[in-house]
Amino acid sequence: MTRYLIRRLLQGIPLLLIISFILFLLMMNMGDPVATMGGRRVTRSVDYERLKRQLGLDKPLIVQYVYWLIGNDWTKVDMNGDGIAEVPGTRKGVLRGDFGTSLVNRGVPVMQVIGERVPNTLILMLSGEVIVILGALVIGVFSALRQYSLLDHVVTALSFIGYSMPIFFVALLLMFIFAVLFKRWGLPYMPTVGMFDPQVGKTFGQVLYHTVLPVISMSIVSLASYSRYIRSTMLDVLNQDYIRTARSKGLPRRSVIFIHALKNASLPIATIVGLDLPFLLGGAVVTERIFAWPGMGRLFLDHVSRADTPVVMGILMIVAVAVIVFQILTDIVYAWLDPRIRFD
Amino acid sequence: MDSTPSIIANLSPDDLETPPLSLSELARRRFQRHKPAIFGLIVLGLLVLYALLGPLVFSENYSNFNDTSERLQAPSAAHLFGTDSIGRDVLARTIYGGQISLMIGLTAVIVETLLGILVGALAGYYGGVIDSILMRITEAMLNIPELFLLIVMAKYFGGKLPEVVVFGRTFSGSVIVIVLIIGLTSWMYLARIVRAQFLSLKENEFVLAARATGTSNFGIIFRHILPNSVAPIVVSATLGVANAILSEAYISFLGLGVQPPTATWGNMLDGANNYLESAPWLWFFPGMLILLTVLSINFLGDGLRDALDPRGRVQ
Repeated sequence: MTRYLIRRLLQGIPLLLIISFILFLLMMNMGDPVATMGGRRVTRSVDYERLKRQLGLDKPLIVQYVYWLIGNDWTKVDMNGDGIAEVPGTRKGVLRGDFGTSLVNRGVPVMQVIGERVPNTLILMLSGEVIVILGALVIGVFSALRQYSLLDHVVTALSFIGYSMPIFFVALLLMFIFAVLFKRWGLPYMPTVGMFDPQVGKTFGQVLYHTVLPVISMSIVSLASYSRYIRSTMLDVLNQDYIRTARSKGLPRRSVIFIHALKNASLPIATIVGLDLPFLLGGAVVTERIFAWPGMGRLFLDHVSRADTPVVMGILMIVAVAVIVFQILTDIVYAWLDPRIRFD
Repeated sequence: MDSTPSIIANLSPDDLETPPLSLSELARRRFQRHKPAIFGLIVLGLLVLYALLGPLVFSENYSNFNDTSERLQAPSAAHLFGTDSIGRDVLARTIYGGQISLMIGLTAVIVETLLGILVGALAGYYGGVIDSILMRITEAMLNIPELFLLIVMAKYFGGKLPEVVVFGRTFSGSVIVIVLIIGLTSWMYLARIVRAQFLSLKENEFVLAARATGTSNFGIIFRHILPNSVAPIVVSATLGVANAILSEAYISFLGLGVQPPTATWGNMLDGANNYLESAPWLWFFPGMLILLTVLSINFLGDGLRDALDPRGRVQ
């Protein structure tokens, strides 16, 4: 097991290098970060050249990548434009934990820019995941126990619809029903924008109130596919011999279903949840945009549109690392849940 | 009672045996039993008719014609689906947008399938170093959520292609960009499926026989192994169309997709949340059309999987 884990971790390193290089190449052609820096236009061409030089954007691509990766404090850089490198560089590079500073928010470290947004995205993702897992367990087990009943067919149809819905359409529908129509009908209605009402302040109740619609819109797609999945694993398990044994020796139906069957049926779900979790971030981009939620997804969109390479690379690398870490964690959890699995 | 044995005795062995069903006949029967798939096929047919026959009623110029005095009109007899924020007819735009969205879905899947087959076949057939390199790249691509990749690529290629004229109609170059980037960001699952197929199929005797008779590697890959793995590819490509239409919708919704005046179902929704309350018809109709299309393609794909690749169900 330990050897397997070490191997997986070592495999992750070249993978991250490939990912970072591909993304860096793509980012370099995204437009001119200096042109829109800090919301001001740089008009004088002398200033423009100076800024590019000071930010290191005049260097060849491969040099920029190396500086980004391992920093430039081991060499000297040219700051005043006389062609002679005289000032030692200050960047430490990603490998030593320095993701550089944002180009849009001048001089603010990337990790600080991202760090401010991460908790907000985690609020959405984690509460979404809890709803998805609980909801999918209830729906999946229920329709497996009543296979081919009317309810099962209805659930199947609904889950196909849910699975085919674009997140933004779910979000717009929910907003229209629970904010616009409810308001029109004089019912208590839900907020559609932001994380809290600025007049009330960022209290727990306010944030909770503002989370409801974004979390539901993010969850529906996963809820639909997970509940299908649980239904099919549950059906598989229910047909196995040991379930018949448990039934025939007179165990109560409740304990057969929830202890003997569900425990084994939920094994594969642990894998799916672990592998999907980091990918919820993709859904967060759209949800955060619609609900004006100040999270990582919106940060990504805002900074991509202004070619802020350090921040965008920072976000993408965090996601890539999260995906790899969760893959390994999932393997560990799975081996722990299912003693038949051995990594040798 | 006593006449029964004599009837059976008089029948020839051929009459007693029903002729065996061919594989395609079996598949067709399985497909027809799958009611949602039939439903999907019919709805999809209607949607294609909607996009193809609509131009008989509305011209393309009409769909791009804006009359600012008629902006944000609610659905009425003159404009069945209402008008948008600069006074264009939403119904006409959903027709022309539908053509583009469906076309993007289909062509992006062609790009995706070609790439996926190529990578999967080479990796599975040759193994070794080629396999390792190709699979590392595949993993690297799978490690970034698709939407992030799409956004980055849309920005990378954005605005770099000129307008193109196909069949006398002008398309913004962004249509081609979108097709390419959707293809480039979605081939990975198919490549894995094809690779797995090749890994097991290449151990068969017929491959050995082909090699013994001197068939080239190219011939073995494309004429002998590939035809045997068509079923999972067809299923995956069908579901891929739904995914591509969704991807186009997402990226256009974020304003990075196909640029106006060319309409797609996705870019008609861009900015629609500003009119959430005042003009719900702006987002409702294109959104419903996307949902219906994706839903019916998913039903169709599910039916095809049951029909062509019954083992593919087992996950």
